[in-house]
Amino acid sequence: MARVELMDYEKALELFEPVIGLEVHVELNTETKMFSPAPNPANEKYHGAEPNTLVSPVCLGLPGSLPVVNGDAVEKSISLGLALGCSIAASSRFARKNYFYPDLAKNYQISQYDEPIAFEGSVEVELADGRTFQVPIERAHMEEDAGKLTHVGGATGRIQGAEYSLVDYNRAGVPLVEIVTKPIFGAEADAPELARAYVSTIRDMALSLGISEARMERGNLRCDANVSLRPRGAEQLGIRTETKNVNSFRSIERAVRYEIQRQAAILAKGGTITQETRHWHEDTGTTSPGRPKSDADDYRYFPEPDLVPVVPTTELIESLRAALPEPPAARRRRLKGEWGFTDLEFQDVVNGGLLNEVAATIAEGATPAAARKWWTGELTRLANASETDASGLATPEQVAQLAALVDAGTLTDRLARQVLEGVVAGEGSPQEIVDARGLAVVSDDGALIAAIDQALASQPDVLEKIRDGKVQAAGAVIGAVMKAMQGKADAARVRELVLERAGSGGA
Amino acid sequence: MPEISAEQVAHLATLARIALTEEEIAHLTTELGQIMQAVEQVNRVATPEVPPTSHPIPMQNVFRADVVTDDVLSPEQALAGAPERDGDRFVVSAILGEEQ
Repeated sequence: MARVELMDYEKALELFEPVIGLEVHVELNTETKMFSPAPNPANEKYHGAEPNTLVSPVCLGLPGSLPVVNGDAVEKSISLGLALGCSIAASSRFARKNYFYPDLAKNYQISQYDEPIAFEGSVEVELADGRTFQVPIERAHMEEDAGKLTHVGGATGRIQGAEYSLVDYNRAGVPLVEIVTKPIFGAEADAPELARAYVSTIRDMALSLGISEARMERGNLRCDANVSLRPRGAEQLGIRTETKNVNSFRSIERAVRYEIQRQAAILAKGGTITQETRHWHEDTGTTSPGRPKSDADDYRYFPEPDLVPVVPTTELIESLRAALPEPPAARRRRLKGEWGFTDLEFQDVVNGGLLNEVAATIAEGATPAAARKWWTGELTRLANASETDASGLATPEQVAQLAALVDAGTLTDRLARQVLEGVVAGEGSPQEIVDARGLAVVSDDGALIAAIDQALASQPDVLEKIRDGKVQAAGAVIGAVMKAMQGKADAARVRELVLERAGSGGA
Repeated sequence: MPEISAEQVAHLATLARIALTEEEIAHLTTELGQIMQAVEQVNRVATPEVPPTSHPIPMQNVFRADVVTDDVLSPEQALAGAPERDGDRFVVSAILGEEQ
């Protein structure tokens, strides 16, 4: 692949104004699929099912099968539409989006086209420094997800070189809501952060509504980022690219930033941007071209003749509106006050997309400080190392249990980090890992005193110093004891005992 | 007057994985063109006063309860009509171009 030139980010912002548009797909967690009574793998209960075990004739597009709309999926879509500040369509209908690709057996996707369920909304999104943006929403429409392809063979394993593909239709027909923003102007250098914060807000919204598991690493929440640049002072929008496959919060931010730098370098040299779909590569932090947009976009939409219009009653809409939870930005302000975090501490939580994790961990009994510390500290470090989001690495229950073990003195912070690694590796609950790995702090003073006496005996000069009142010399002994105990001792208790033993002449 | 070209027929046939001879393409181009012309007559009666109809029966709000039924197939049933399978997945030919 030819080397891609990137312009310095600040320089790019000087010359061009970035305009972004975001498409977010939310998989609903209903019991069954959008148009068929087959179990929905986006519901926690059916996650990870064996291939082609969650399919009905409708999912496979078998002759004679007919779709029927899932009423709960419609209600959940309306709730999401209302939370996005949208108007709900008095009458909404489905449309066929025709395309030839084996991820849907019917050769079309049932979606919505000219009559989406929700339109014209606005979402308040808060940036790390507390500034808020109103992101304008164009529409939110209902559709079905496609099946999953695994490409086999070919020199690189990449799709172009694939010799054949394997299809699992479990995901075909999963209820989706696609949320499309209008072009977002004025974010300037904050455009990448705003993109991330927006998706994080949608996730918070979906979770507080209880309509989706909203786990990015599972594809419950997916984002396509449109980016275009226009020269400073220009009226006309630039040509945009659409980056797909951006499946973590940090990659959304990175992908938008990368596209700004890549496009700026091309435009500054007098080149033109190709309107195309690009694929994000998490490993290299780059995007590469997919198919060109122009000729693939003829989906020949027409109204779905197998389904009748959805005409929600005012009573239904108003009852769903009355049941809406607190909006994410307002909730953030409230939680920040309740938890007593500083701006910086709270930003760490929000930027990591960890607000719900921290809230749930506190609900499980941890202190706000402990919940924040584990999620934004060790778990985030482990997540960064494996290029994923911390939210998927452990459950709030596990983190609360870990914090409780530290509070009870069973674990030191150092041991707790080892336990957490075990949790992330799927070894079980913190207590199970403590038991299995024998990681608990040695709280038996007898064992500690034996190790201390041995350490003091082998370092007589240190003993002298302590007796002369040079208490800081105890550090050497504490270190030796901690090493002898393989770290499984509370350093503060060891220190107390060292001074006691040295003072009493016990050595 | 709606028209369809031989190139469009050939393109659609490729997408649909239907092998057509030159004669068949010519034949279908004529036939599909005639069908499109027949359907085109609808445009003569479709005035701004006539609302578009997507369903012959004036019905709305037909919903299904969100409950799993015994319509769910076993993998054996699901794969029964597959030209080729690998374990419990369908095998399809190499995909030309990119993912949707």
